[in-house]
Amino acid sequence: MKLFQKLRLLPVGLPVGLALAALLPATPAFAAATVNKGDTAWMLIATALVILMTIPGLALFYGGLVRSKNILSVLMQVFICFCMVSLLWFAYGYSVAFTNGNAYFGGFSKAFLAGVNMNTLAATFSKETYLPELVYVIFQLTFAAITPALIVGAFAERMKFSAVLLFIFIWFTFAYLPMAHMVWWWAGPDAYTLSAENIDAVKAAVGETAAADFLAKLAAATDDAAKALVLADYGSAVNAFNGWLFNKGAIDFAGGSVVHINAGIAGLVCAIVLGKRIGYGKEAMAPHNLPMTMIGACLLWVGWFGFNAGSNLEANGLTALAFLNTILATAAATLAWTAGEKLTRGHASLLGAASGAVAGLVAITPACGWVGPMGAVVIGLAAGVVCLWAVVWLKAKLGYDDALDVFGVHGIGGILGALLTGVFVNTNWGGVGVTDYLTTDTSVKALEYVFSAQMYAQVVAVLTAVILSGVVSYIALMICKVTTGLRVDEQQEREGLDIGSHGERAYS
Amino acid sequence: MKYIIAIIKPFKLEEVREALGALGVQGITVTEVKGHGRQKGHTEFYRGAEYAVSFIPKVKIEVAVDSALTDRVVEAIQTAGQTGQIGDGKIFVLPLEAAVRVRTGETGSAAL
Repeated sequence: MKLFQKLRLLPVGLPVGLALAALLPATPAFAAATVNKGDTAWMLIATALVILMTIPGLALFYGGLVRSKNILSVLMQVFICFCMVSLLWFAYGYSVAFTNGNAYFGGFSKAFLAGVNMNTLAATFSKETYLPELVYVIFQLTFAAITPALIVGAFAERMKFSAVLLFIFIWFTFAYLPMAHMVWWWAGPDAYTLSAENIDAVKAAVGETAAADFLAKLAAATDDAAKALVLADYGSAVNAFNGWLFNKGAIDFAGGSVVHINAGIAGLVCAIVLGKRIGYGKEAMAPHNLPMTMIGACLLWVGWFGFNAGSNLEANGLTALAFLNTILATAAATLAWTAGEKLTRGHASLLGAASGAVAGLVAITPACGWVGPMGAVVIGLAAGVVCLWAVVWLKAKLGYDDALDVFGVHGIGGILGALLTGVFVNTNWGGVGVTDYLTTDTSVKALEYVFSAQMYAQVVAVLTAVILSGVVSYIALMICKVTTGLRVDEQQEREGLDIGSHGERAYS
Repeated sequence: MKYIIAIIKPFKLEEVREALGALGVQGITVTEVKGHGRQKGHTEFYRGAEYAVSFIPKVKIEVAVDSALTDRVVEAIQTAGQTGQIGDGKIFVLPLEAAVRVRTGETGSAAL
């Protein structure tokens, strides 16, 4: 509660539309803009932590789960995905996600980071608080790089390497980038301050002529009612450039929809379209090295602090809350998963603990900066039980071969987290409360929490991710099918992708 | 001379080795093997997948001994290797026709 009040008093911000942030289009710093060295240092560390999640974290987590003949192929797919997306992000990814275009897709004005340099700034969630734009570019690069790498787990042990690369290229461009733009792109908090002192941010948000026009109208307005009308008009003009889901008011602190639901659904479609691995259900396909999976899960957990707490874009109390929630939910999910295993299967397994931890991390991702610690514990417990059910019973019932349970953990966990965020953001349930970023005001306003409206926004965000990722994944796989082909041939699959696709073996 | 092959539980190897050493058995060959007798295997669970593991890790030891020593060696392995639980293993005794020490060319019992 204390935090919430503080949030309202200080111009600290949280995103309305989903999570993270956005930056002002390469604005020259106006007088009031400040860049804090503490924030900058924290965000650079957070960025490095997210890289740690992918290479080596995710790679080792997946690597231990496959059979010994396929470990190198999985490590390689994650590693190359990271490298490829890093360059695509530089070439056009950043620009398409984080510049004005339409509500679904950004523009190409910052392709190859045109106009971005050491001195340009990116907005945070607080008024008059900025990050160097390059910091924001790299931080977001790491999110873009890990998301397609998550899908690797679904098509592991059977997909052609060339098809993997082509699929990631198409999916990144037409599923990841639009989702990131729809959820995260907004004009930044300062754009909503209509005043002559703030003219640079106003110009950047609505253009030069419109800026002069709105300021003249505001000056001409004599009473409060007339002023409010001008401010409302101005607010709509600013919002016209925001991402579609941001304007819907769906909340997602660190990317549950952009990253996890998006990747989880892609994984499901890949598993169904590619078909089962040879021998699935008949031959033993036990993980070949669970200690490696444990190391990977731990690196994911540690790296996730950069992912979740870093998503606040500043170093303050809210960052610490997101950090704490990332511990509590993960611990709760781990205990819930292993307890569920013990009750239904007779043993609490290490693989269950590692899987439960990842399920908890996924579910708390959209919620980490919106819910209180008790909400985080409940979300974690729910994620442990529901994701266990998804990978053990739902997968068996539907009969698809999602090799490493990308859908069961990231898809189901992500959807659960997105919905529960809408529940536990409620201040009556210990949450932080919803912040209104979409109205012109001098400070950031708290929005009245309405359960039905919030849940509607959450459901719209979930469905958007499900449909977009589902359709793009299917089309991308069809393109791969007619160009590169989807699967390695039977002999290669039996021999293992390490030898077949990469000409080497992990253990000799 | 007799050639004795015993399949035992891996964690009993050290006790068996000590017991054979006490009898004066000089050489022993050890192999990690997998298999099953009447114990059969066990079941492993990995998330939703359930696998029946038919072959259980065991240790195979091989010793060549003088015929006079055979009964005591078999008894030593049986005593030291025993837990009383199912899966303790088997001991096989085979006739051994010849033995040669590679370094010196000695043959028969002298080569053991």
